[in-house]
Formats: sequence, structure tokens, C-alpha cells
Amino acid sequence: MTDDVINLTPEGRRLESQTDEGAQLLRPRAGDASSREVVLTGGPWPDVDDTMIINMGPQHPSTHGVLRIMMELDGETVLRAKPVIGYLHTGMEKTGEELTFVQGATNVTRMDYASPLSNELVFATAVERLLDLEVPPRATWIRMLMVELNRMSSHLLFQATNGMDLGAVSMMIYGWRERELTLRLLETITGLRMNHNYIRPGGVAADLPDGWQHDTLELCSLVERGVGEYNELLTDNPIWRERTVGVGLITTEQALALGATGPILRSTGFAWDLRRAQPYLAYDDVDFDVIYSEHGDVFDRYQIRLYEILESIKIVRQCVDRMPAGDYRVQDRKVTPPPRARIDESMEALIHHFKLFTEGFRVPAGETYVAVESPRGEIGCYIVSDGTAKPVRLHVRAPSFYNLQSMDAMVPGGMFADAVAIVSSIDPIMGEVDR
Amino acid sequence: MTPDDDDAPREAIHDEVPSDEVGAAVVARFPGTVFAESHGQAVVYVDRERWHDVAAFLHDEQRFTQCVDVTAADHLVDVDRRVPSGVSAERFEIVANYLSHPRNRRIRAICEVALDEAEVASIVDVFPGVAFAEREVFDLFGITFAGHDDLTRILMPDDWVGHPLRKDDSPSRVPVTFKEDPGPR
Repeated sequence: MTDDVINLTPEGRRLESQTDEGAQLLRPRAGDASSREVVLTGGPWPDVDDTMIINMGPQHPSTHGVLRIMMELDGETVLRAKPVIGYLHTGMEKTGEELTFVQGATNVTRMDYASPLSNELVFATAVERLLDLEVPPRATWIRMLMVELNRMSSHLLFQATNGMDLGAVSMMIYGWRERELTLRLLETITGLRMNHNYIRPGGVAADLPDGWQHDTLELCSLVERGVGEYNELLTDNPIWRERTVGVGLITTEQALALGATGPILRSTGFAWDLRRAQPYLAYDDVDFDVIYSEHGDVFDRYQIRLYEILESIKIVRQCVDRMPAGDYRVQDRKVTPPPRARIDESMEALIHHFKLFTEGFRVPAGETYVAVESPRGEIGCYIVSDGTAKPVRLHVRAPSFYNLQSMDAMVPGGMFADAVAIVSSIDPIMGEVDR
Repeated sequence: MTPDDDDAPREAIHDEVPSDEVGAAVVARFPGTVFAESHGQAVVYVDRERWHDVAAFLHDEQRFTQCVDVTAADHLVDVDRRVPSGVSAERFEIVANYLSHPRNRRIRAICEVALDEAEVASIVDVFPGVAFAEREVFDLFGITFAGHDDLTRILMPDDWVGHPLRKDDSPSRVPVTFKEDPGPR
């Protein structure tokens, strides 16, 4: 693939470190990833042929919500695993057909609740493509800043829950600590910790608040320090490696066939990132690396997400440096509401405001599919419009929905306890799986 | 943006010579297939019988490595919509988005099906990753996929009646009950 990707193979595995010692070379892996040996103590056990079917979930704490996995077990070995979903289905795509394009962002933002801004971005971009609308450069850069901050918070959440699932409970507290700092910054910018409704068709809801540069840079250094701590706590930890290295193996062919995207696909040695391959926003203007590695196990997925936090910080810093001045949304009164102060003095502004929030704006008939890289993979939005203010069809291609199927390749043949590690490494968000 | 421009032709206009090489290859291979461009994206309108063949052709000969998404749309309230010439508009549209990683390009296949023949061949054997997506389309639209070995409901409960994303399936059909509700009077 491209030259400027960090290769996490045993030879090239390194941390782009921001510590004083400069770049750290991580210890190469001992032994082949597939040569993991499980030593059983106790026994002898009676030799029975019976297999057992057990349900894990939907209330199991390590299924991150209401995922149910039916597993056929032979002793401790999983023969088959079938994810059963739908427990969180709330008909959000049907709801989307009842809401106008103005209201739509409040709906889609609740799908992937760990990275709501990616949902909003893909929805807003799809609507803008149907409208043939170009957003101002400042709006583009604010969007990129927000999506990357959100990618940090999402991956920090992953580090926390992944640690908790594998028994590193202190990791949960640390991950949560940095995530909370990130959400606090998002709150100062958007007004809400989650479900922001900040990226809207035509731009973003509000300009960045005073002093955002200072807050953002401070957050970056805090998260960077946190990532260094996680790295120290987990990466070379023998217990951690025992639980993750060589577990949940998947090949590139399997991942592609099963529709897996994001860190799962990148962990198989396939450096595919939509930010690089099909750039949107201003990603072709900023400098960042695509993180990938070659083993396709739980450990790689953990490490890819860890380093992606650092890459996001890199992008966020460039956003702070290079944020252009100008409008934060288009000045087309048919799409964006007038400023609040104008409503008091202008009848036109009042009418525009009223029309926008009662009827919404009409979108020309047509259909389009837009895809962006969410923290979990390719999130897509397929919108069909018939020329009215509401979509005929609003479909979100949820990355977790497809990534869950890669369990078919990863779980069978492994130990039962490994299934927990594998589900955790898929990082599914049930809100977007079930929509 | 022209919100009142109802008479303007839909963006997708039938091209005699498809501007997209994959679209041209599909049209050349499968006569009757119509190429259209929708907001800069390549779209092919495929016959119902050719649905699986086009998927296999894209996978085997055009190096399309992933079918990123299969979904559908119900055009019950939108029957007189504009479609590219050569395509007969039906009630349902089944939509598949294909992605080729080595060629870094996308193409979308759309198939028009009527209510009484709402069935296409499943492409699970070519792209196993669409198993969930086809189940979802079956669940929410009632479109069946022949050859799918586990075509069961995925999001709705197994005993659910109806297909919620159909336009004639009203969301208020199921009354919302509240705690300590006095019941119907």
C-alpha cells in the first residue's frame, strides 16, 4: 500500500512515541502467533461426545449491550458461534422516514452512540450531495476536528472495556478517565457529551468556543500521556499477551468476504482506510498514518486502536494549527437557519427560521450512498429522496452490523474464554447493530 | 439547489456510452442492463434474473472484493418517480453497493421488483458478508433471497407479523401501552 503507513510486523513494530526517549522499538513477538499452546491441568475427564449449546447474553456484561451469542461447546472449545441480534431494535430507519432532513441528524446520532459524530457526518454529507451543496472550508475543518476527537473518545472507550473484559479492571478506570476528558471537550464545543446533533446538513451547529485551541491542545497532551500509560500497562504485560496473542485469528480473505472493515480488516495486514483511500473532508491535506499489522489477532486489534488514538491526536493538532477562518455553515437561508439575533429584527429571518423548523427544506429527488471511516470501519448512508422534505428511505450501513459476522471466522476452534476477548476486540456497538 | 423544480429530470440519466468502465463492462456483458450516473456514482439497473450473475461477474472478473451493503427501498407512495430510460419502475428497489479495493472504485447495482415477485437470488455464496444484510431486507421488507440458507428474521421478533419498512406497514398499527394504562374504553 502507501509508503507512509506504520507497519506493526514484528520487525517494524514500534510506537511513534512522544516520550523523551524518542521512538521506542517494541519487543518482537516470541514465536509464531498460531503456535499458542493451552496447557490443561486437572483431569482426567470422562470422554463424552456430547456437545452443549449455551447462550451468552443478551445480558452478559462483556457483550457490550444486548448481544446474544449462541455457542456450541465441546468441553471448553467452541465449535460454532452464532450472534443473535435485534434486542435493541427501535426502528430508527423507519423513524428516519418520518423526520425531515433538518431533524434527521438527531436520529442518526443515536445509532452508534460511542461515535455519534461519524453518524452525523455521513448523514450530513449524503444530504449535501443530494442538495449539491458545498460547505465552507471552516465547517469542513471543524468537522474533521470533531470526528477525530470522537475517534479518540471511541477508541479510549474500547481500551477501557477491552481491558475490563480481559480482567485488567484498572485499565477500565484509566480508559474512562481520558475518555471523560475528551467528552468534556466535546461538551464545551457541542453542548452535549453524546448525541451531539452538531454536524448538520450545511455545516455545523455552532462555531468553536473561545479558547478551544488551548483546551484541545491540553487534552491532546493528557490523552497522549494516557496512551503511553496504557502501553506500559498492557502491551508487554505477559498476562495480557497470554490472553490476546494468537487469539481470534482472521485472514484478509476472510475479513473481506465477511464484510469486515476498520481495525479488524487492518489487523489482517490490509492497510485500507477510507480517509486515505477515498479522502473526504480535508484528509488529503493533513498528515497521518494508517496503522495496520499482519497477525489478525486480538492483540493486533488492541494495538491498532491504541496507535490510532495517537494518529487522531496528530490530526487534531494540525486542525488547531490550520483551522481556516470564515463561516462555519453555508449562508443559504433555505438550508441553515438565520442567526438568533437576526430573528428579532428581520421578518424574512423569522419566516426562514419558522419554515426551516416546521417544514424543513426540500431535497431534490435522487439517491446516493456516502461512506466515511468511523472508528469501527466503513459507515455508509444510503438516502433516497422523492423531492420532499423527508427521505423516502434512510439506510445506515453500520460497521458493527457487518463486523459481528467476522465472529464466524474467529470464534470456532478457540476456547470459551477467548470468545469474550474476541467479541471485545470486534468492539460492536449494539445501538448501530440493531438500529 | 432548486427545491421547486419538480419537472427537472432526475439526476440519473441513461447514458448511451457509460462513462464508467465497470458500468460499461456490466452493460456489455448483460444486455438489458442500464447504466446511470447518480451524483457522480456509477449505478447499474439490473434485471431480477441477472442479480446473482452480476454479483458473480463483479467478483470474479472485475475484482470487486467486497459487497459493502445490501438494502432495499419501498416506493409505494412514490410510484410515478423518474427512473433512467429503459428501466421499468416497480414498487421495490433492491440495492447492493460493491467496493473494489484493488481498483479503489465503487459501483451500485439496483434491481426493481414488484410486490408479487419480490424475490431475487441470494449473493451469499459470492459475498458471504451479506448474510446479515439479506436477512435484514427480508425481515423489514419481506423480500426473499433464494438460496440463502438461514433467511429468518434478524431485527424483529420471530413471531412478528408484517414487514416494518414497507410503506403500508403503519408504525401506529401496534398500540403503545403504558404502565397502569386504563385500557381501551
